Amino acid sequence: MKLELARVVRGTGRLGVLRGLGRTAQHSLEVPGCLLYTHLGAVPHLTQDTLHTLSSLPSVTQVTLSNIAEHQEVLEEFKDGFRKFAGLHDTLLYCSLHDSAAPCPTGYTTNKTVSVWGSGGRIELTVAKFMALQKAVQPDWYQSMADGETWQNNTSRKRVRKSVDRTLAHLDECLLAHQNSQELEGVEVFGVVEGGDIPEERVRSARETAKRPVAGFCLDGLQTGSMDQALRTQLIAAVTKELPEEKPRLLQGVGRPDEVLACVEVGVDLFESFFPFQVTERGCALCFSFNISLDPERAGRALPAVLELNEDERDTAGETQHNGDVSLDDQTRMTSFEMNLKDKRYHDDFRPLVEGCGCYCCKNHQRAYLHHLLVTNELLAGVLLTIHNTAHYQGFFSALREAVAGDKLDILRRRVLRERKE
Amino acid sequence: MAAAVVACGAGTHHTSESQMPLKKALSAASPLTLRIVAECSVTKARACDLILPHSAVSTPVFMPVGTQGTLKGITVDQLEGLGCQICLGNTYHLGMRPGPDLITKANGLHGFMNWGRNLLTDSGGFQMVSLVELSEVTEEGVKFKSPYDDKEILLSPEKSISIQNSLGSDIMMQLDDVVSSTVTGPRVEEAMHRSIRWLDRCIAANKNPNKQNLFAIIQGGLNADLRKACLDEMTRRDVPGFAIGGLSGGEEKDDFWRMVTLSTDHLPREKPRYLMGVGYAVDLVVCVALGCDMFDCVFPTRTARFGSALVPWGSLQVKHKQYAKDFQPIDPDCQCPTCKRHTRAYLHALFKSDTAAMHHITIHNIAYQLTLMRSVRQSIVEDRLPEFIRTFMKRMFPSRDQYPGWAVDALASVNVTVE
Ligand SMILES: [Zn+2]
Ligand SMILES: [Zn+2]
Repeated sequence: MKLELARVVRGTGRLGVLRGLGRTAQHSLEVPGCLLYTHLGAVPHLTQDTLHTLSSLPSVTQVTLSNIAEHQEVLEEFKDGFRKFAGLHDTLLYCSLHDSAAPCPTGYTTNKTVSVWGSGGRIELTVAKFMALQKAVQPDWYQSMADGETWQNNTSRKRVRKSVDRTLAHLDECLLAHQNSQELEGVEVFGVVEGGDIPEERVRSARETAKRPVAGFCLDGLQTGSMDQALRTQLIAAVTKELPEEKPRLLQGVGRPDEVLACVEVGVDLFESFFPFQVTERGCALCFSFNISLDPERAGRALPAVLELNEDERDTAGETQHNGDVSLDDQTRMTSFEMNLKDKRYHDDFRPLVEGCGCYCCKNHQRAYLHHLLVTNELLAGVLLTIHNTAHYQGFFSALREAVAGDKLDILRRRVLRERKE
Repeated sequence: MAAAVVACGAGTHHTSESQMPLKKALSAASPLTLRIVAECSVTKARACDLILPHSAVSTPVFMPVGTQGTLKGITVDQLEGLGCQICLGNTYHLGMRPGPDLITKANGLHGFMNWGRNLLTDSGGFQMVSLVELSEVTEEGVKFKSPYDDKEILLSPEKSISIQNSLGSDIMMQLDDVVSSTVTGPRVEEAMHRSIRWLDRCIAANKNPNKQNLFAIIQGGLNADLRKACLDEMTRRDVPGFAIGGLSGGEEKDDFWRMVTLSTDHLPREKPRYLMGVGYAVDLVVCVALGCDMFDCVFPTRTARFGSALVPWGSLQVKHKQYAKDFQPIDPDCQCPTCKRHTRAYLHALFKSDTAAMHHITIHNIAYQLTLMRSVRQSIVEDRLPEFIRTFMKRMFPSRDQYPGWAVDALASVNVTVE
């Protein structure tokens, strides 16, 4: 795996292509970019047919041990790895520890173990079990085992230090097992940078992790709800300074467009895409604007990719507070980037979710129909919203890359934040 | 299809395309054409092309049920991809939410759900009686309290047709006076006579007779005389098709099939026959042999959501532990998107993580029903239905003594013996 950076400007993000991905080294992934979020290899609500109505999907699919761990025995008997088990063909597999959209209770981490929570409850992982799972999953990349329990308020400095130490110890143990395993030949390991909200610990974690033979870095413990964006930006800036330029940085637990923008500016390359899933689960559709090619000359001719919300629509969007007072609950609350289709006003609205959106949902269905599906609790609502929200989020990332390339990150930020209530 | 012309069995006639060019079913205004492609030389089965306003339907046909203007997590493109030519919407549900006015604005149910093929809507009466407590039937109609706002609502024949006219379905059903098939006595007779009177009111109320087909529903409970009387009366009306109603509600299967075969004996050959609420594979195959053309049932899609996959040997409970390490597809012979890609083991695991698992089984089950009916049709066209039935039964049941007695009797009544 090799990250070819086309453009790196401090404070405006990194643009590039990850090449030579996967065991056959045939895939590539543009950065800044995101992974494909799944539940056990399935994009929530979607079958492969509905998924592939989407034209540009990320080449890397994310699966989590929290979903997979309970199926270890099955995968070991299957032998051919998770990708084949899940009927996925042309995709790379990235295996992470936790699902950023699922609750992960704290208090179950020890010096030697971490716990994941699946459908059958808690499963405790030692490094040995963790590595046995990786051998059964046979991903292309995986996140090294990590103790990331530092996101709660008032985590002590001592606990943060312990988390950094443990995570480094886990990494060394994982790497040792990895190097001795034939099954994992050609598989890449992502080291995990911890350090809570303490800059010195963040820097120490980054420096130490960077010394190890890892292919990339996961930035953990910075998720939405754990701290405000100013602190997050500051910590990430301190961390990325310590990391080698040529290796990708994946930020876990952050997906809101405004936060993504801020994190890209301080050097993050990759994100998970659980955010559109959360939007779908609350019956909402992403509708924020990200069109940056609206220069006066073109504006007259080309339709904007995204419809401007009119004044009354703006009101339902953005009930969320955007001050420093954040908590985990915020993750399930509506943000200003989406519209609530359960709202009565959409009862007789025969427009597509987003005018000009090319997704299957917008090309075939209207807001009134989605409203109906939501109020009658029909399963198709989740299917159609996932399609649209995934398409919209991918569109945002594409605009993001265009913005980094053309030095237009400021324009994009203004565009994305424009509909927000101040 | 030429092969179908050859044999002419006892008491039944055999027709091919060439002998029966485009037979218009009814009065010139009816937007329905039934072309009989083949008739079985042994049983009462027939294969037809039913030409409806939105597209042609090959019968015998199973019609999946999309109660609220959607088929349980399946997109209209997926449904089309499975070869579905007609599906159902429920008037009661759609009349409540989103309501006829909105659907009119959306260019009918076709426009609202963006379905380009045919739709059949029920009258709403059945749901009312079965779902809403305290509904009251009078000559006027069915009175009930809306479960959404507690308002008292009257579903009259006129109202039912008016809603169905708004929905714009290709086939509408008359409002009938539904009594449980296990009820006996004067109430059954009253319901039968009232259903005839309501049929006349429905015919008079239909604002789109040149765009929407109104089907009559034969009632009469399990009483052969009442059924016969109902058949006599209703077949005198100028309707484009008939449904056999009031069955499939928990009655003895022995009574069930006798009422079905009595009905098909007296229904006009040139009009489609729709057996309501029937969808188990064995019932479908037997009732095709008894002469029915159209079927609907929520069972295949409902059972899918509980992880029950329909297979030629019955059903397979994907959530059961025994499939956790079973790396075969649900049915190795099935050509559906689910079976072509996924194993029982993966679907078993996915049921614990995401609703997509249900969609996979729903797709498979619809594919199973539609494929079964296509195979039945093919066997009729090639005049080998009896052989098809014998193979089907052998596959479905582990041994001869497990064949349901009613099915054996029903098949014997149309000259098919199953070993
Ligand atoms: Zn869209
Ligand atoms: Zn199948």
